[in-house]
Amino acid sequence: MTKQLIARAPTIVNLGLGDFAATAREVGAAALDIAWRPIGDGDPRLAWLLAQLAGDPADPESPGARIDRANQQAVARVLAAQPMLVDVVAHAREAFPDMGRTLLHAGPPIAWERMCGPMQGAAIGALLYEGWAADADAARALLARGEIAFNPCHDHGAVGPMSGIISPSMPLFKVRNDDAGNVAFTNINEGIGKVLRFGANGPEVIERLRWIETALAPALKRAVTAIDGGINLKAIQSRALAMGDEVHSRNAASTSLFLEAITIPLIQSDLDDAMLREVLRSIDGNSQFFLNLSMVSAKATMDAAHGVAASSMVTAMARNGVTVGIRVSGLGGRWFEAAADTPVGLFFPGFKAGDANADLGDSAITETAGFGGFSLAASPALVQLVGGSADAAVAYSQEMYDITIARNPALALPRLDFAGAPTGVDVRKVVDSGIRPVFTTGMAHKVAGIGQVGAGIVRAPMVCFSQALVALAESLGVG
Amino acid sequence: MPIRSLVKADLYKDSVALMRVAEALTALSGVRRATLLMGTQANKAILAEAAMLTPEAIAARPDDIMAVIDGANDAAVDAAVARMNELLSGNLAAERGAAAERAPRSLALGVARMKDANLAMISVPGAYAGAEALKALRLGLNVFLFSDNVPVEQEKAIKELAQRKGLIVMGPDCGTAILHGVPLGFANVVRRGAIGLIAASGTGLQEVMCQIDRRGEGVSHAIGAGGRDASEAIGGITLMQGLDLLAADAETRVIVLLSKPPAPAVAAALLDRAAAAGKPVVALFLGGDSAMVAGRKNILAVRTLEEAAERAVATLRRRATPSRMTRAPSLAGVKREQARLRADQRGLRGLYSGGTFCSEAQLIWRDLGLKTRSNVPFDKDLLLVEGQKGIEHAVVDFGSDEFTIGRPHPMIDMTMRVERLLKEARDPAVGVVVLDVVLGHGAHADPAGVLAPAIQKAKAEARAKRRYLSVVAFVCGTEQDPQRRSDQENKLRKAGALLASSSAAAAWAAAEIAGFGKNMAKR
Repeated sequence: MTKQLIARAPTIVNLGLGDFAATAREVGAAALDIAWRPIGDGDPRLAWLLAQLAGDPADPESPGARIDRANQQAVARVLAAQPMLVDVVAHAREAFPDMGRTLLHAGPPIAWERMCGPMQGAAIGALLYEGWAADADAARALLARGEIAFNPCHDHGAVGPMSGIISPSMPLFKVRNDDAGNVAFTNINEGIGKVLRFGANGPEVIERLRWIETALAPALKRAVTAIDGGINLKAIQSRALAMGDEVHSRNAASTSLFLEAITIPLIQSDLDDAMLREVLRSIDGNSQFFLNLSMVSAKATMDAAHGVAASSMVTAMARNGVTVGIRVSGLGGRWFEAAADTPVGLFFPGFKAGDANADLGDSAITETAGFGGFSLAASPALVQLVGGSADAAVAYSQEMYDITIARNPALALPRLDFAGAPTGVDVRKVVDSGIRPVFTTGMAHKVAGIGQVGAGIVRAPMVCFSQALVALAESLGVG
Repeated sequence: MPIRSLVKADLYKDSVALMRVAEALTALSGVRRATLLMGTQANKAILAEAAMLTPEAIAARPDDIMAVIDGANDAAVDAAVARMNELLSGNLAAERGAAAERAPRSLALGVARMKDANLAMISVPGAYAGAEALKALRLGLNVFLFSDNVPVEQEKAIKELAQRKGLIVMGPDCGTAILHGVPLGFANVVRRGAIGLIAASGTGLQEVMCQIDRRGEGVSHAIGAGGRDASEAIGGITLMQGLDLLAADAETRVIVLLSKPPAPAVAAALLDRAAAAGKPVVALFLGGDSAMVAGRKNILAVRTLEEAAERAVATLRRRATPSRMTRAPSLAGVKREQARLRADQRGLRGLYSGGTFCSEAQLIWRDLGLKTRSNVPFDKDLLLVEGQKGIEHAVVDFGSDEFTIGRPHPMIDMTMRVERLLKEARDPAVGVVVLDVVLGHGAHADPAGVLAPAIQKAKAEARAKRRYLSVVAFVCGTEQDPQRRSDQENKLRKAGALLASSSAAAAWAAAEIAGFGKNMAKR
């Protein structure tokens, strides 16, 4: 009854004319102004749909209350996830026996003709690496004839940074979520500079891939499989957050922690000294080595939360360099896509804003699980990418609390008094607040093979979320 | 074109921090390229690719910063080096954003911050307002919905939900309300007291409250319902909820119920509810059949807004209601105005900013046997068409949609009414023009200050044609309103307007000046 209209003096939230709230305040009433703007890029129909899906604990039969319950169930699986690095699969085709002549790629599905430069470059490189084509021209011809199938990594429980190209011969990290029992895969980080994921496909790139396949992967496999229960990736991510990483764009601490975890098992794995040095040096010299592991940890986590009926929690956000797509726990395998924005940030010497490709890569799976842009408060150094202060880094994380379902107690953010990282994007909250998820990200040159041109920050397009909201309403019979 | 390279020894900076400095330097005029990198082999390779690897850079160690600046001339490079040293010394966050607390971006976020909120005040565009109201209800809030143009299906949906949840939706198109002395929307400053009001009429509610205040009594709560609440589609949900709340409220001793004529089924339900309130209810269904209200226990039927106030105050004071409710200005004033009009100047015009005043004038003049056209007529045959010839009497509601789409409400912007006043002054058949002046929070800061010169001009135009134009005005407001009632009345009086004490009195006085009816009490 305390909510009854005249049981007590009005305590007001005000949407619209600020004068009204000011008048109420003049006579001593409390009135809070909401920074309102039209819902979902200005669509009254969407606004009404959204309102019909609003949560209401007092009305358990309402669609919104049902969504809330589903979301609690979904996010509980995220918080409970125990992603363990348990194996290194020698070749992707062993993980995916039906692969044939298929290339996996980042983001939602996309055909060869529509792919961005870096992804095409990486696909060509993969054909050369597989020996399906003798040179780039032959590879291009093969691809243009449609003889190579493409499929999103995400459809195979996998993720890959930037172009995310995984071909059958590439070795994969295998992660098992000990809570739900599901597994996830990712490729092994090649390092920086001229690398396949940015579209480079010269001889040195192919040579490097072969070294990974024939030397690095087997060594890592020996070490990883020797560790009882595998390597706890979430523990590494959690510790790295306290050491200045947000484990998406910055992986310096997590790579060190991984190196710490793998060094003794590697030493004990009977590698010859030269190989041991080579393997350790390759990890030590690549501060982004842990990126792929951070991603696959997030993938194993979010896949476990997918498929909860009526849940509006986002379980994947991924970019193919042309579009950004999201998947929602309660809406099956469907991608909700919109044109990708181009990140804003800082450029390496010799590059400028016009050089950057649109947002690219599966790495936004880290944000989906609460890392990256969502944990920016942990990594003040990164916010300088958009010219902000350390306080601005904190503000990004605080903003993400407004669109998420839970705080992940395992991922404490020191700058926020060790509050758990914002975790589990609710499609409804994004549309309602107009706050779009923020990604920290590397930027690829839009021309294949040139490589990384800088790093920056970008947000997911609103249309992904408004489309998902419409689908969710439809699935619940709300119209 | 100089390329200069320097090494800052033993100074580690994050690569992002260095890129940020480089970006700041590149932004300086005369600087073509600037690069800062730690002196690692990999970074030297990057410099080599960019053709910026100088001998100094080659000599740098991994813990040194390599800086290479390519400028148009030495002065530009010097300036860049100075700036670089400044930036590397520490304060990179020149544009440190104020850590001011962000305003919540949605209702849900607002309620998360203000956990004891019990009311959402909504004045966003009508196409979105229903959705916000629905969300507010889901959050357990009552709603004051000022916005208009909310689809009727949405109004029905939100009011039905509110009813189920024991909450109330005031509106849509609810202009005013007062709860516990807190004004919502366009509200007058009235004293607190024992009269509770529930109304589906914004300006009507304001007028009754002001008239109560003028009589020395006050308001417990004034609850708005929105103009459509009494329709068959909505079924009077809010009006009935409001009646129940006031019936149960210990502060409220007399209730005023105010609405346009409800749909018959709604009227019956409302009156049953009112009769069971356990306290006197003064009821005004403006334009309705008074027989519908008459003869019910506990219910006092009245015919004008002023009479509603008078009856409520008298009932509260346990006095009999005065029999005469004609509150025309001083007879001398009316007579003097009457004497100045030519015999053929019998046309009445009402130019209103308040819709309820426009309705009330039509009813009062209808009772006097006059045929009054309007843009919002009671009788469709009396629809006022622009440019129509041979109109006897007319009233215009300038708050109606055709005047307000894309422009402010006439209580804020009086341009349309001023233009119309001058136009009427040029019509030789027009004798009297009635103007309302609405005060209170949200209204124009000095409406009389705008209308007074227009009245003078209109009168001067008539005088130039050797006619007189009578202007009757009334102020809906109180002495405590920001605009101050007596100040506003003085301005209008000085401009030559005859001041009436209420909306009804103004309509009666205008009719009397034009020679229609003398004693309006005995109807």
